[in-house]
Amino acid sequence: MNRTKLWFAFFVVPILIAFIMVVIIPAIVGIYYSFTDWNGINNNANWIGFSNYIKVFTEDKQFIENFIFTAKFALVSVITINLLGFSLALLVTRGLKISNFLRSIFFMPNLIGGLILGFVWQFIFTKAFDAVGDKLGIAFLQGWLADTTTGFWGLVILMSWQMAGYMMVIYIAALQNIPDSLMEAAEIDGATFWHRLVHIIIPLVAPAFTVGIFLTLSNSFKLYDQNLALTNGGPFASTQMIAMNIYNTAFKFNQFGLAQAKAVIFLIAVAAITLTQIYYSKKREVEM
Amino acid sequence: MKNKRKSKTVLYIISILIAIVFLSPFYIVLTNSFKTQKGIFINVMDLPFGKYFDAFNYIDAFIELNFVKSFFNSLFITVASTSVIIIFASMAAWMLVRTKTKLSTFLFFLFAVAMLIPFQAVMLPLVNIMGKLGLLNPVGLVFMYLGFGSSLSIILYHGFIKNIPNELEEAAIIDGCNKFQVFWYIIFPLLKPITVTVSILNVMWIWNDFLLPQLVINRPEWQTIPLKMFYFFGQFSKKWDLALAGLVIAMIPIIIFYLIAQKHIIKGVTAGSIKS
Repeated sequence: MNRTKLWFAFFVVPILIAFIMVVIIPAIVGIYYSFTDWNGINNNANWIGFSNYIKVFTEDKQFIENFIFTAKFALVSVITINLLGFSLALLVTRGLKISNFLRSIFFMPNLIGGLILGFVWQFIFTKAFDAVGDKLGIAFLQGWLADTTTGFWGLVILMSWQMAGYMMVIYIAALQNIPDSLMEAAEIDGATFWHRLVHIIIPLVAPAFTVGIFLTLSNSFKLYDQNLALTNGGPFASTQMIAMNIYNTAFKFNQFGLAQAKAVIFLIAVAAITLTQIYYSKKREVEM
Repeated sequence: MKNKRKSKTVLYIISILIAIVFLSPFYIVLTNSFKTQKGIFINVMDLPFGKYFDAFNYIDAFIELNFVKSFFNSLFITVASTSVIIIFASMAAWMLVRTKTKLSTFLFFLFAVAMLIPFQAVMLPLVNIMGKLGLLNPVGLVFMYLGFGSSLSIILYHGFIKNIPNELEEAAIIDGCNKFQVFWYIIFPLLKPITVTVSILNVMWIWNDFLLPQLVINRPEWQTIPLKMFYFFGQFSKKWDLALAGLVIAMIPIIIFYLIAQKHIIKGVTAGSIKS
């Protein structure tokens, strides 16, 4: 009996130590710090109760503005990424000879880090868009990333381009699970592609949508690297997302306690959104 | 029949157009990285010919990025972290599957729930604690990747091991093997497909990760590629010729990796996302 316990410890404890020290203890300490005036530099943190939380909701207009920006971004990008990813999956599963080649191309951006891609698109939006707009006389293409609206759509375009290939791969796996006989039978019965899409493909691919929406939603909410590299939150912090707001509160303004309170709110929001989304999608799948 | 062929042609045209749109950012960055500052200013869409052609951007960027050094820093951190994650996550997952106690169920639940915690919620206390332990260095970084990578890797291994029958191990134990031997000689080889998936997901994450190294690494000689790229870009943000060459250099290792291991990568990513 004792020997079994020793073996259990031998196999589980090494990674458990790392996990507890890196995730669990900081998470608990973090909740404690959110109730203090810790400034991150010296070690005395005084207990100040809910002051940080009250401050976040009453005084910190920036945080609320950034929260709304993040939520809007997450909503729009979840739709565009999954729509694009699903369309690409449909396109490359139609038996074209170049399907594998297309798949490789669509997936490629996903491998490169968000920071590098953010810089790449900064050049595209500010220089290439400008040049094309200048040449063809399209004012719409000029001055991208200089205001909140183009900063928002710049982030949406960047993330759609990067993540669509990832979602495509997930949807391809789901599409390949649909039995060929089903599709052939529908075709013989004279169902158009549109009919097959709405009545066969989409209902059968629904579980993959749960996965896809879950991944893109939590990814969009936690976005940092691309935000930093593309707009750096500008102009005037109007395209700053929550993750960057927390970072700046801590390292630019040395208000670690306040930053930690925001992080706790962020944690609760992310957990609530993802859990609700999983709950409803699972429920819908069963009903279908 | 004729109609069908027509619609195929339309599909070909659409898909090639989309592929061009997808590749155009790479094309624009690549062509402009061979231009002088003035060449970029005059016309972004031109090809780099004539007096505006400049390949020395690459040499300058290579030196400024200290690329050999930062490449090997990235390589060390990625390979070391992925290796320890593979070793310890597979061991733990096997034990958690094969032990039917409350503790083992609870631990697995804890690893799974921790997936919901965003990095920003733990980063400030983490840096504080690791600083006190003297772990703000590459070795400490590897330790932190083990901690952050544990959840997903254990979940993936757990799901895979559940479907491996028990008989093989029992026979080996009767033959006098201890659990260490059973795991490394019998179980671990069977885990190869999921090990490939777990490796690829961790390599892609750690190689590209920026925020954790930025918080942990405080000496220039330890900087990884994304970190070096960030400071490099800050320094040369007005000099696009140099910055673009730097971006191309930073992307080359990943593109080579992709060309070599493409099949495994796409398979691994699919398996990883669906199971999690």
